[in-house]
Amino acid sequence: MERIPILKMGDCLLVTIQVDMHDRLAMTLQDDLTERIAKHRARGVLIDISALEVVDSFIGRMLGNIAAMARVLDAKTVVVGMRPAVAITLVELALSLPGVSTALNVEKGIALIRETLEHRRGGSGRSPA
Amino acid sequence: MAVLRHETRAIRSSEDIVAVRHVVREWAVAAGFSLVDQTKIVTAASELARNTTLHGGGGTVRLEALNHNDRRGLRLVFEDHGPGIANTELAMKDGFSSAGGLGLGLGGAKRLSNEFELSSRAGEGTRVAITRWK
Repeated sequence: MERIPILKMGDCLLVTIQVDMHDRLAMTLQDDLTERIAKHRARGVLIDISALEVVDSFIGRMLGNIAAMARVLDAKTVVVGMRPAVAITLVELALSLPGVSTALNVEKGIALIRETLEHRRGGSGRSPA
Repeated sequence: MAVLRHETRAIRSSEDIVAVRHVVREWAVAAGFSLVDQTKIVTAASELARNTTLHGGGGTVRLEALNHNDRRGLRLVFEDHGPGIANTELAMKDGFSSAGGLGLGLGGAKRLSNEFELSSRAGEGTRVAITRWK
């Protein structure tokens, strides 16, 4: 079955979406990522959408769901590389991606995840299991 | 207003939604649309193609390349013979969904287009036409 690859980098997971996903493929990615976050006890999830020419309400909902599920599993999600034309269209579509953090590129996304994790460790960090 | 060329495509599966995005992109490029306008009509087409499969049980899209006083345009007509929309006013509202989605499909497609027409009869099907001008 067709799948979007998920790479593990330390305590983060990296997904680069390179293809125009059909709806079932997007749902599979959502399920795979949630499973991998739990399996690897990942603290950060980086989703690179710089190759995506279109983000419609279905893909938008998938990104929101991933961020929400990651949050419940104590991981931070950052979506990076959104194209300007996609951003303009999302606003007109009234899709606000609630709870989804964004950064311009992978480097800035990783920095944002690190920053968030540092902040959590300093403040109210992960409570002991 | 002249129709320069037209083509009709079937929409049955989620793969067909991707195919609609690709063919609409090609036609928007051919009409000389800017990147932002291409993205808007492709996104609107994606929403409406999904409605056609999800609510209409499959249907068709007719693409029409338009020319009006030397202005290029692209019209997309989505048709299905599904259950139709009982309350079109309610269906247009953001956040209203009968299929567990975000409910942005119809309202979003309207905002992303220059012209929007919706006609539906309960039990007979739904027809949505959108046009975007260059």
